[in-house]
Amino acid sequence: MIDPTATKVEREFKHASPLVACRFDPTGRFLFASAQDNTIQRIDLLTGAKVALQGHASWVRGLAFLGTTGNSDAEQIWATRQAALQGVVGFPALTMAPPQARPFTLISGDYHGKLIWWQGDAALPTPLRTAQAHQGWIRAVAVSPDGKTIASCGNDNLVRTWDATGSPLHTLEGHTSHVYNVAFHPDGKHLASCDLKGNVKDWDLQKGTATRDLDAKVLTNFDNKFLADIGGARSMCFSPDGTKLACAGITNVSNAFAGVGNPVVVLFNWSEGKPTLFKPKDAFQGTAWGVAFHPDGFIIAAGGGNGGRIWFWKGDDPVSMHMLTVPTNARDLALHPSGTHLAIAGGNGSIIVHALHAK
Amino acid sequence: MPQCDYSCGTAEHLVSRRAFLGSAGAAAALGPAGFANAFAARELNKSQKRVLVVFLSGGVSQLETWDPKPGTDTGGPFAAIPTSVPGVHISELLPLTAKQMHRIALVRSLNSVSDDHGRGASIMLTGRVPEAGIAYPHIGAVTAKLLGSDANVLPGNIQVLDRGDSAFGQADATFLGAKYGAVSLGEGKPPADLLRPASLTEESDKLREEFRKKLNDRFARSRRSAATEAYTESFEQAERVFRRSDVFDVTKEDSKVADRYGRHPFGRHMLLARRLLEAGVSYVKVSHSNYDTHHENFDFHIEQLGEFDRPFSVLLDDLAERGMLESTLVIVMSEMGRTPRINERYGRDHWSKAWSVALAGCGIKGGAVVGKTTANGTAIADREVRSGHLFHTYLRAVGLDPTKNFYPNDRPIPIADPKTDAIEEILA
Repeated sequence: MIDPTATKVEREFKHASPLVACRFDPTGRFLFASAQDNTIQRIDLLTGAKVALQGHASWVRGLAFLGTTGNSDAEQIWATRQAALQGVVGFPALTMAPPQARPFTLISGDYHGKLIWWQGDAALPTPLRTAQAHQGWIRAVAVSPDGKTIASCGNDNLVRTWDATGSPLHTLEGHTSHVYNVAFHPDGKHLASCDLKGNVKDWDLQKGTATRDLDAKVLTNFDNKFLADIGGARSMCFSPDGTKLACAGITNVSNAFAGVGNPVVVLFNWSEGKPTLFKPKDAFQGTAWGVAFHPDGFIIAAGGGNGGRIWFWKGDDPVSMHMLTVPTNARDLALHPSGTHLAIAGGNGSIIVHALHAK
Repeated sequence: MPQCDYSCGTAEHLVSRRAFLGSAGAAAALGPAGFANAFAARELNKSQKRVLVVFLSGGVSQLETWDPKPGTDTGGPFAAIPTSVPGVHISELLPLTAKQMHRIALVRSLNSVSDDHGRGASIMLTGRVPEAGIAYPHIGAVTAKLLGSDANVLPGNIQVLDRGDSAFGQADATFLGAKYGAVSLGEGKPPADLLRPASLTEESDKLREEFRKKLNDRFARSRRSAATEAYTESFEQAERVFRRSDVFDVTKEDSKVADRYGRHPFGRHMLLARRLLEAGVSYVKVSHSNYDTHHENFDFHIEQLGEFDRPFSVLLDDLAERGMLESTLVIVMSEMGRTPRINERYGRDHWSKAWSVALAGCGIKGGAVVGKTTANGTAIADREVRSGHLFHTYLRAVGLDPTKNFYPNDRPIPIADPKTDAIEEILA
């Protein structure tokens, strides 16, 4: 029984280097967490085994996955195995002999502008292919619902799309500042991106053009004392039904260089483009670094400033209904595909997995 | 007519600096086109020494500039890139500056001993740790006094600030006297009320100023003090700025030149710095805000150094093209560096123990690198220097003897900290 108010720590994994991002793979067996030592740590949630993916020469903020590769015989085997695993994938299965992982591809994007494709389930994943995708940082990577298209965005003010094999499809130009995030609409026909200045673009993927701009400027500020910009969607995702787009970040910034501002989730009604600000109930100062829609309808965000927090909003109420204090700045948030768990990537090197239910 | 690059014996070559400066007030505009005799300007530029300080306010990160440590626990996400000097790498955030490295010397082993903004700035600008009972003059006032000329129309010590108000007679000259105190140009502009209002005729303005001087002189005869001197000097500085107000107007530059420097405040301020140096100002300090990045150090260094890189590089090129780089010492400093350790908010905090300063131009051995930090930059590994060593080096680079004394109230005060000396390895 999912109950956000019953959320509690279930497991904590420590890494020697501070973490940057985290994601569960589509099967939910592995948790990937990138770190400031330029590695991506893969944690097998069944066995607890850690493997370091080596190949990036900078920090990785973009993590996304392609599902199965479509071999019919293999599909059958995977389906059988999936059925065998129903109800046991996750922590209760720790006492069982681990089944063989199902194949999936991880695509990771780093701050040197490089995308790397990995066979995520391999015993020791090594780069399958790489692409020099952007000049400067890649800030986010996303995969379309049908698994056929990859999108990346970054500090060259571009959004780029790729096919599953890494061949370039489109270069989407129009942003005039660093593009902080990108997300596919569940219909697979549209893509949203948000830049440093809080401009959200709605891209028609068939035409390769922006069809409209949405205003998330509440997420940006030019600090007149320090003479610098702060802002952007640090995390972005669509609701499963595609009616809402959530952009997480910082607002009300009074001191950019000390991070004095308030975390916020800008929730757009996608068809109307109308935003509502979802804020924590407590007077916390910091940034929301991750946001997710739970299948049960509530919204989760995590972030940090002076300490870390996880916030929950129920339905359309823009005031958080529940809050958890976590012992590290949450630099990213990942929701398990089953909806039973979430994970945060900590600035102190902790990967903390929470159960969203009572025992 | 015989041709000779260094001494051709023509009348143009015989134009003296003093004579040139005496007529400079009549020049309509600066830049090669603004000088009545470009050759004379070039000769002047070679002989007069000047200092430009680019002050990266708040404390720039040495790891994101001059001493990158990629692939270490402190290195951050940026790459180190090769420069025009084989074997010397700097941060990828400075791609244009990297092409200027043959003109730049790096000191990578500075311990400036204070992690406080105000105290750190004082230490860096005076070359001394503050002491009770005496306030030492800043490098701007020292060089204005020692390099300047009474024949120069403009003040010798000008600082271009990226924000704040403009002001005359700043206190940075201390015992050298208000005459050498900085004229501050907030947002690169002279005070808004400097120019005579349209409603006031020139004749009325002149009469008013004469009356003010008369009263001032009478007051000073009986109650002369440092405060009255500073007051008087501030008016004289204002008058000097007023007489050459054209120098401060960067819109007089060709738009292509302005484009090269960048259409943002720091670009304009660096262009203004070039104009001031060309006009014979001994010391110009340009501040660039801000680098005090306790939060999201990396994003902010992308933005700030993205502004710094081009105008700094263009200015070095322009000074070199004008034959001025060999007579202009360029220093890039901050009040401190930033911690190698990256905090949980992706920030770097205050750090004075092991950081870097860059120098170029007059008297500097381009491409030299002195000092070394440990593999992850957490400590100095070789050739620790203090701000006093740098202060000696600045003065030596422009041909001054830092071991001499000033004599305020007949008391000898060493120009530079006698416990330190110049960094010979980077002096040409």
